[in-house]
Amino acid sequence: MSGGDIIKGNTGDWEIIIGLEVHAQVTSKSKLFSGSSTEFGSEPNSQVSLVDAALPGMLPVINEYCVEQAVRTGLGINADINPRSAFDRKNYFYPDLPQGYQISQFKEPIVGKGKVVVDLKNGGTREVNIERIHLEQDAGKSLHDQSPDSTFIDLNRSGVALMEIVSEPDMRSAEEAAEFMKKLRTILRYLGSCDGDMEKGSMRCDANVSVRRPGELMGTRCEIKNLNSIRNIINAINYEARRQVEVIEGGSLIDQETRLFDADKGTTRTMRSKEDAHDYRYFPDPDLYPLVITATFVEKIRKTLPELPDAKKERYMNKMGLSAYDANVLVADKSSAEYFEEVAEKHEPKMAANWITAELFGRLNKSGKIIDECPVSSKKLIGLLNLIKDNTISGKIAKDVLDIMFDTGKDAEIIVEENGLTQVTDTSEIEGVIDAVLAENAEKVAQYRSGKEALFGFFMGQIMKASKGKANPAIVNQMLKKKLSS
Amino acid sequence: MSELNKLTLHEARNGLKNKDFSAVDLTKSYIQACEKYKKLNAFITETHEIALKQARESDKVLSGKGRPGLLEGIPIGIKDLFCTKGTLTTAASKMLGNFIPPYESTVTANLFARGAVMIGKTSMDEFAMGSANITSHYGNVINPWKRSGDNKDLVPGGSSGGSASAVSAFMCAGALGSDTGGSIRQPCAFTGIVGMKPTYGRCSRWGMVAYASSLDQAGVMARSVQDSAIMLESIAGFDEKDSTSANIPVPHWEKEIKTDVKGLRIGIPREYNVKSLPEDIKALWEKGTMWLKDAGAEIVEISLPNTEYALPTYYIIAPAEASSNLARYDGVRYGHRTTNDIASIDDMYEKTRAEGFGAEVKTRIMMGTYVLSHGYYDAYYKKAQKVRRLIAEDFRKVFEKVDAILTPTTPIAPFPIGERTDDPVSMYINDLLVVPASLAGLPAMSVPAGLNSEGLPLGLQIIGNAFDEQTVFNIGSAIEEAADFKATPEGF
Repeated sequence: MSGGDIIKGNTGDWEIIIGLEVHAQVTSKSKLFSGSSTEFGSEPNSQVSLVDAALPGMLPVINEYCVEQAVRTGLGINADINPRSAFDRKNYFYPDLPQGYQISQFKEPIVGKGKVVVDLKNGGTREVNIERIHLEQDAGKSLHDQSPDSTFIDLNRSGVALMEIVSEPDMRSAEEAAEFMKKLRTILRYLGSCDGDMEKGSMRCDANVSVRRPGELMGTRCEIKNLNSIRNIINAINYEARRQVEVIEGGSLIDQETRLFDADKGTTRTMRSKEDAHDYRYFPDPDLYPLVITATFVEKIRKTLPELPDAKKERYMNKMGLSAYDANVLVADKSSAEYFEEVAEKHEPKMAANWITAELFGRLNKSGKIIDECPVSSKKLIGLLNLIKDNTISGKIAKDVLDIMFDTGKDAEIIVEENGLTQVTDTSEIEGVIDAVLAENAEKVAQYRSGKEALFGFFMGQIMKASKGKANPAIVNQMLKKKLSS
Repeated sequence: MSELNKLTLHEARNGLKNKDFSAVDLTKSYIQACEKYKKLNAFITETHEIALKQARESDKVLSGKGRPGLLEGIPIGIKDLFCTKGTLTTAASKMLGNFIPPYESTVTANLFARGAVMIGKTSMDEFAMGSANITSHYGNVINPWKRSGDNKDLVPGGSSGGSASAVSAFMCAGALGSDTGGSIRQPCAFTGIVGMKPTYGRCSRWGMVAYASSLDQAGVMARSVQDSAIMLESIAGFDEKDSTSANIPVPHWEKEIKTDVKGLRIGIPREYNVKSLPEDIKALWEKGTMWLKDAGAEIVEISLPNTEYALPTYYIIAPAEASSNLARYDGVRYGHRTTNDIASIDDMYEKTRAEGFGAEVKTRIMMGTYVLSHGYYDAYYKKAQKVRRLIAEDFRKVFEKVDAILTPTTPIAPFPIGERTDDPVSMYINDLLVVPASLAGLPAMSVPAGLNSEGLPLGLQIIGNAFDEQTVFNIGSAIEEAADFKATPEGF
């Protein structure tokens, strides 16, 4: 456990306490209770069924696929799957909520307690407990900027399945909250139950933030609604925690309230106070019988679970000898891990990891690409490493070849051939170069022989340069040693 | 060809089959009756042109071009809470005064698939909330029956009062109704016809304007038990679009009807003998019991100890669900929206709903909102749910000992329009004896069994075990035969 952030107030230290409610859109082609499509970016109101628009007499029918995904997610965080769960109606009026209620799970969620292990920047970990996951419908969208005097409603999102993943207040800094969000996103992507795309709104969260004197009782919390990027999560929490410290140190009390984050100003403001809090009048939805999940159903899903990041990391470190850093970097993204494993099948894992995390990721970062857009496929990287292994090229040349591969997408072998980069292993040819270099630097040779052995590197460099990097360094090394000691 | 409308449904069906008359003839006869008895105000929307078109189609089928359906060419009235594609569906509310559904409810789709002809959309209490059909936005429905020697207009009962009046006055061969807490059985008793509410889950609720989802059930109203069996067979069945619909096959009730009740055990629940039960109703109940006993049934005195809590339980659960079900009528997407100036979205909601809903609907929305509110939920809604389970349990235990239960349908006879309006409870008492079966989701029928001293029809109720509609039809037939109830409202 790391200590988390401490805010230095005027009157002493303050600890930040954070819990998140993450809304993750279930990767499903159709909505939670209707057959309409969930495709992103379609014409407004083009994906709205009679059920989504809440016409009279319309009834919800549960989408079994969404139930499966919630169970899958529960299993992915080692959570209890509740054999019986129930849907409730959360009643409130809003123009983009056609039914006048949201179908959610209030008292009996589908998934119970679970756990997510978060890797911290300092190398440590923090266990964040998950209180529950429940299924619920998303609302539509109110568009206030389409007309000066009217609000427009788009119901495409109305009824889309969300998983609400509720954490315990186990995080102690904004960065931890951000890392938790990232880790959760990784797990969801591994599971395939949510695409984790925050830009498209597939994943967003509400943050419950409070401050307290270290070790004391929890303070009054405020809920910041609808944070839709990692940066906003960090900024909103940091601002809110400082605000709370200022309020308390100024002699006032924190009002339990719901707040909104203004990303432009970097501040939070009151959305509604506790007095204005809705009475949602939750009650069991009489249109839906309780959801019964059998052990067989759960086991069937369990069998299809992929290896998850924590297990993968463990295996990379213990079985493949990777460093914790490399393992973390590789498992953080399912595609990176897959890429790595393909390369590691043909080459020594540590070498593969090195080339991927240092060389490939460096180039990807520079060009702003993600692994799925990488112009060098795993097969092509294997080809490049083959050339190093069989001494066709040196590691140094290989880096140049990788640059060309990155730009052109060509195979390493072709690049090496086209540019005549094949490593020289012919000893007579190498001997000629060595002799020439030594002859040119007779003075330094004398110094070396009189004890300045550090000059060895200088000779190596000169020889490699003279061979345009093509001489096999191991052979050069060996022959040079021989020549200098003779 | 006169008076074809006086035939029972199965008589009409035979006539069509034997080509004694055409479906168009039959339909015209009903259209004439509708024109003649407009004063009863039984219909919100008459669909005579659609009816004639459907009748012509049926005639083609009946002349050998296709296989006639169970209801081929039979004119049926449809309670205006079943969504009918392209035809105004109001639920008798101003709120839906302009609502033309782009879809067909499962129940009416089934009906039309069996060849039925839609004569019109019948009036009802607004959103099915009422027991006298005096809460419709489209005016009161009048019962065709009158007290002997008294010309006062009487209520037809509710909420399916339009369907009841229409069937009773021969304006259709049968009608669809819906029963949440007696809304089929009570008006059928008040108008001297047969009404059948099947087991909850037997008919799909898809496309039926919701009042209280856990109680709402479509059913049928007709002039004979056999007719009601034909109709129920036509509309029942599993529907994957309704998660509460039961995935079990629909029996051939009509074919299987047996009037022989020998050996059946009939329960007479002590708690239904309420103090306020009038002597004539009590006498009819005893008579009904004797008929069944004489026919060889075994009469068993039973106890349903939680009966007295049924009405208050119903008036918590039904309004609670209604307050949520009716939230969608907000003026945003369809239906009424205020044309008055509005200052905010909340103002729009308030004005729209204040204008669109009638007083009884508002009362129930407020009651329902209250019982679900924070701090009251446990005391009202949760407790009511517990009591509801106890009531269902009472029935479950009793059905280990009996095959069906016999009771009066109503504790009162039809009363003049305007009476029982001062105190809502005096109106709610109408449903005292019909509500328990609704809470337990059990099939129940009202059969006309006699007239009271004022010449008004009275009904007996048969409650069956879950999904055992057949026994209810059988006992209903036995009573029908024994009662030999032939009375019709004077002048119709």
